[in-house]
Amino acid sequence: MKLNKIFKNTLLVLAACLVLSACATKKEVATDIQGQMQGDVYTGTDTVEYLADGVPDRVFFATNESILTTASRETLRAQAAWLRKNPNINVVLEGHADERGTREYNLALGERRANAAKDYLMTYGISSDRITVLSYGKERPVDSGSNPLAWSKNRRSVTVKAN
Amino acid sequence: MTKKFLVLLFILLPINANALIEVDITRGNLNPLPLAVSPLSIDEESRKGFEKILKKENIGSEISNIVENNLRTSGLFNPLDKKAFLQAPDIANLKPRFEDWNLIKAQALITGKVNYIDDKLRVEFRLWDVLAAKEMMALAFTTVPNNWRRVGHIISDKVYERLTGEKGYFDTRIIYVSEEGPKTQRIKKLAIMDQDGVNNKFLTLGNELVLTPRFNPASQMVTYLSYFKNMPRVYLLDIETGTQEVVGDFPGMTFAPRFSPDGKKIIMSFAKDGKSDIYTMDLENRIVEKITNHPSIDTSPSYSPDGKYITFNSDRSGYQQIYVMKNDGSDVKRISFGNGLYGTPVWSPRGDLIAFTKLHKGKFYIGVMRTDGSGERLLTENYYQEAPSWSPNGRVLIFYRETKTNSKGEGFSAKLWSIDLTGYNERQIKTPTDASDPSWSSLLSN
Repeated sequence: MKLNKIFKNTLLVLAACLVLSACATKKEVATDIQGQMQGDVYTGTDTVEYLADGVPDRVFFATNESILTTASRETLRAQAAWLRKNPNINVVLEGHADERGTREYNLALGERRANAAKDYLMTYGISSDRITVLSYGKERPVDSGSNPLAWSKNRRSVTVKAN
Repeated sequence: MTKKFLVLLFILLPINANALIEVDITRGNLNPLPLAVSPLSIDEESRKGFEKILKKENIGSEISNIVENNLRTSGLFNPLDKKAFLQAPDIANLKPRFEDWNLIKAQALITGKVNYIDDKLRVEFRLWDVLAAKEMMALAFTTVPNNWRRVGHIISDKVYERLTGEKGYFDTRIIYVSEEGPKTQRIKKLAIMDQDGVNNKFLTLGNELVLTPRFNPASQMVTYLSYFKNMPRVYLLDIETGTQEVVGDFPGMTFAPRFSPDGKKIIMSFAKDGKSDIYTMDLENRIVEKITNHPSIDTSPSYSPDGKYITFNSDRSGYQQIYVMKNDGSDVKRISFGNGLYGTPVWSPRGDLIAFTKLHKGKFYIGVMRTDGSGERLLTENYYQEAPSWSPNGRVLIFYRETKTNSKGEGFSAKLWSIDLTGYNERQIKTPTDASDPSWSSLLSN
């Protein structure tokens, strides 16, 4: 089942690439994606801000997924360490989805993504009292593009200082 | 609004129901019925009276323009050019010379008269079968002059009903989300307008994000999602009084609200710990019931018109699909099995179909299927479109469509569109700003 799902996701990405290759900007997009995406998860740093030195504020997700990647877990461990050092800081985890889904489902998906991040912070000792989850669904994209790279930047959970 | 509208409705003459023209609305109508909408005649004194209060030079022509426009946009009728009319409106209303109307190929004729009596607007109209040379219907209304547009819509509904055998959908309103500003920072407001795009009004100021307004089928209440104080919650809004309140006391995001067909309950999703389940709240006794209980995302619930069943979408199979269950949450059955993802199921007011959004190979479709999932039919394909809402007679769907941006991320727009159940007559509905999340009201009068 799981493998089947990954296979399907790969197919989706391939399909997206095929669609793109029909466009005039083929080469430009292809090099953009190279080095900035792994599978369809964003791995670049264009949109990332920092809560403190070496503490990125956001993690990225595959299409329709809320599974944390290795890189995401590393980011969240850095956030947990920073939160332990700053016990007075509370955070809001803002979950987002890309524009390629229905609005209501995306609200739920954003909530699920932010909760995946919350659960991970909690396993690293951060109390749930310090974390609020807020989903924006597809309402607040960072990149207004209609292409796989833009969508990958928008599938995210962002940790924001609440106080 | 409804209460203020006193319709004194009486039948002037008996209706002969035999062997007259009929329009078949069950298939795509490629030959809309040619008909003539003669301007409603008006005497000079009445004309001046209305000009003074309504600032309209000839209210008779204005009302007939509304009728003409409604009938044309339905796609079922082809109102003929007034320049070709041979008979004057006042004489036509007394006794049409059917040969004249036959000559310009009109199969049906609408005539009428407007009077200004005791500060009231009195409108009578007649529908004639030109070929049979017979009157099909005659009605009169008396109301306050400010309701003149609604009189046009009510006449349209009566004509539609008489010629198709089904209720119309013209005396209705659309509530939707008005959108402005860049895609990354959209400002969204609740807005309401008549079904034909006139009388647009904004109901919120845009200070907080608002989404997915839905009409109560039984009253002028609306339920919607607001990010007031950055807490996404389902709200209830009375559009007569402007009062609003949060629905239920949930420790987290509530969303995807819709009314039950009797208007007494709200059904919605509540998201907690990464799972979303479906709940109902009784608006009278405030009792909250949990309807689904599954670690998946269960959302976009919609009742069947008899209230006995609920359709919703869930990703419990791994991907977003459509399900039907009994109203207590038992007997859950998946009904969508085609290729792709399925969402936003909405039960037709006629009960026989479920409209949905489908995502397949990077394209979005609006479609319908029977309530057991059979007979899937896709009506329209586009880059992005979703959230169909039914006209109260179950013949037309309204939805919104977003455009793809260019390589610089520019060129985004969101617009309302409608399409017939047959897949024909796709039209954009003009709105003053960009628009999304439309919801169609019930008929305001019956």
